[in-house]
Amino acid sequence: METVEITTKVDARGLSCPMPIVRTAQAAKLMASGTLLEVLATDPGSIKDFAAWCRSTGNELVDQSVDGAVYRFVIRRK
Amino acid sequence: MDESINLVLFSGTDDKLQAAAVLTAGAAALGKPVNVFLQYWALDAFRAERIEGDHGLAPEAGEEGRGHVEALRIAGQASWADTLRQAKELGGVDIQACSLSMDLLGIEQEDLDPLVDGVEGVTAFYLNAGEGQLIFI
Repeated sequence: METVEITTKVDARGLSCPMPIVRTAQAAKLMASGTLLEVLATDPGSIKDFAAWCRSTGNELVDQSVDGAVYRFVIRRK
Repeated sequence: MDESINLVLFSGTDDKLQAAAVLTAGAAALGKPVNVFLQYWALDAFRAERIEGDHGLAPEAGEEGRGHVEALRIAGQASWADTLRQAKELGGVDIQACSLSMDLLGIEQEDLDPLVDGVEGVTAFYLNAGEGQLIFI
């Protein structure tokens, strides 16, 4: 299995809805297909929002985790 | 995914405009075309000289609600105007002033913030909305 490094990071900690998703969409526009994006967020709506955004835009949610109050998402650009 | 989201903004208080900006930005982040139509007091809030001012809250906010909104602002929540600017940067967001409301309030297009793309009537708004969802705030 090939390893793909995270090339783009979005720190959306402290931002309220919908800014984590807006920042992610802004960053994704500049990314090449197949590259990975890491997002950190504290908005409690993030888990459902990121799942919905990925499903709707065709980008792939490859990993998600929670560390205390911080949600981490790794997304592969469509 | 290309079906439009269409918002008619009537109310000019900061809480309702914030809710509208959140809905707009969320739809833009999903890649949906968003048409925003500004009427009455919402249009008045988009005057260039007033857009960053205090537009108050809906009556149901009360004192307690005012405290919650203020706490979120102090915590760094983007203003509704900033949220709309970021939504427009994503693309696909068109904000139009209702021509009747322009007449009613005596507003010229040069009085409006650059967030507003133009002036149109309700027929043009419906035509652009097509079969997409319509939200009135």
